[in-house]
Amino acid sequence: MEKVIITVVGKDTVGIIARVCTYLADNHINILDISQTIVSGYFNMMMVVDMGTSDKKFVDLADSLDAIGQEIGVVIHAQKEEIFDMMHRI
Amino acid sequence: MINLFEVNETNNMIEKDNLDVRTITLGLSLLDCVDSDIDKVCDKVYEKITRKAEHLVETGEEISREYGIPIVNKRISVTPVSLIGGAAAKNSDDFVKIAKTLDKAANTVGVNFLGGYSALVNQGMTPADELLIRSIPDALSQTELVCSLVNLGSTRDGINMDAVRLMGEIILQTARNTSDRDCLGCAKLVVFTNAPDNNPFMAGAFHGVTQPDAVINVGVSGPGVVKYALSKVRGADFETLCETIKKTAFKVTRVGQLVAKEASRMLDVPFGIVDLSLAPTPAIGDSVADILCEMGLEYAGAPGTTAALAMLNDQVKKGGVMASSYVGGLSGAFIPVSEDQGMIDAVEAGALTIEKLEAMTCVCSVGLDMIAIPGDTKASTISGIIADEMAIGMINQKTTAVRVIPVIGKGVGDRVEFGGLLGYAPIMPVNQFSCDAFINRTGRIPAPVHSFKN
Repeated sequence: MEKVIITVVGKDTVGIIARVCTYLADNHINILDISQTIVSGYFNMMMVVDMGTSDKKFVDLADSLDAIGQEIGVVIHAQKEEIFDMMHRI
Repeated sequence: MINLFEVNETNNMIEKDNLDVRTITLGLSLLDCVDSDIDKVCDKVYEKITRKAEHLVETGEEISREYGIPIVNKRISVTPVSLIGGAAAKNSDDFVKIAKTLDKAANTVGVNFLGGYSALVNQGMTPADELLIRSIPDALSQTELVCSLVNLGSTRDGINMDAVRLMGEIILQTARNTSDRDCLGCAKLVVFTNAPDNNPFMAGAFHGVTQPDAVINVGVSGPGVVKYALSKVRGADFETLCETIKKTAFKVTRVGQLVAKEASRMLDVPFGIVDLSLAPTPAIGDSVADILCEMGLEYAGAPGTTAALAMLNDQVKKGGVMASSYVGGLSGAFIPVSEDQGMIDAVEAGALTIEKLEAMTCVCSVGLDMIAIPGDTKASTISGIIADEMAIGMINQKTTAVRVIPVIGKGVGDRVEFGGLLGYAPIMPVNQFSCDAFINRTGRIPAPVHSFKN
């Protein structure tokens, strides 16, 4: 399993989750967990996905998500899970 | 599983509080480049560096991309060049030739700096050491990326006062040779006592002879993160303050450990150490002085500064050592002036003097760092400043260093701009009383009595 954390932050609008999920499904990337909140009109979502089933390279995923983010006016980051594990788990 | 709060905390540290990995430094042994022919030495040095460090920069960028953490510098440290050139160099110009080769190799592989144009002369200088030291002003003025360290003493050996005297002159000459570039050469020149041979930070990085052929050392940073964490516990007691610093240092160091392991794996080079330093930059919010202010000081330099810094330094270590099995290098808080906006503000407000900085160096990881002084400062006065700092290191069994920049043509009240990570600095007044007769004595200061531990 190759876990990647995707974060989406920006002004709330219709179809943010749909766009991201469609892209992930098209590229055979499985979503393991989603959490999402809206704080004063700002959309804040985190997804844990598994890239193990995809042919995509991590860098391509990150670039594509970045481009989708720019298209719909939000910031999308993809980061490998280890940085969060290292920082928050002993 | 990781939750949204934890992800946001990490990303806020990176995006808002300037958390970064300051450097991935590839240590390289050049001992196998020794030859009696100077041109052959240069060829071997260039070939080895460009071969071993070929993928260093792209690896750093890839790791940065994968984890979303900036890796600001990719650097190389090499075996002290006085050892590499000793058999071939007949004069200082031969050493300059090696410096230019190092510069060319550093440019080819795209690193930000290369350290190790160095001599370790704790107890005495070999002819090669002296030739290298005398070549430093030319070497640093004719290269761009090469950094130079001279280790002048240690707790075990005492202080080589002949070398201290010489370095006063060399620093001044380096300033003169680079006076057309705001004396930038002196920003790449540092003298140490008890220099660690696995330090990834410049200008003091070199690859010690006890190290393997190649090694990855990583330097973390994060003063902005500590300051933000402390802003959440304003007015709390010292225990809370310490706990907060420790937890933050732990998190910052874990990122360094991850990057170090990943770089080591990708480059197939053994992992050496994580240097858990709080290294400021001129960016707003990336300041060690601001942490001291957050603790309750009006400015860095106010009474209480040394105590606050001692506590900060100690808690950073206590938090960091649990985060990585191999901690080394300088590991502690850096207190450069030009590279820290809070320090610059403190100097300009009249709160911080060289003497107070000297006191602060007793309790933090390095020494008098990136301090601009008047260009008409005498060489013997610079040597006096160095001797004081070396003595602090020798007696306290710690690393101390001096990186001062005599700014030719400028005096107190003027300012000097270095640009980039090196920042700018107001020129600080230096004690005008003479130490000539002391510095002009020859020989060395013996090792202190508490060095006899055997």
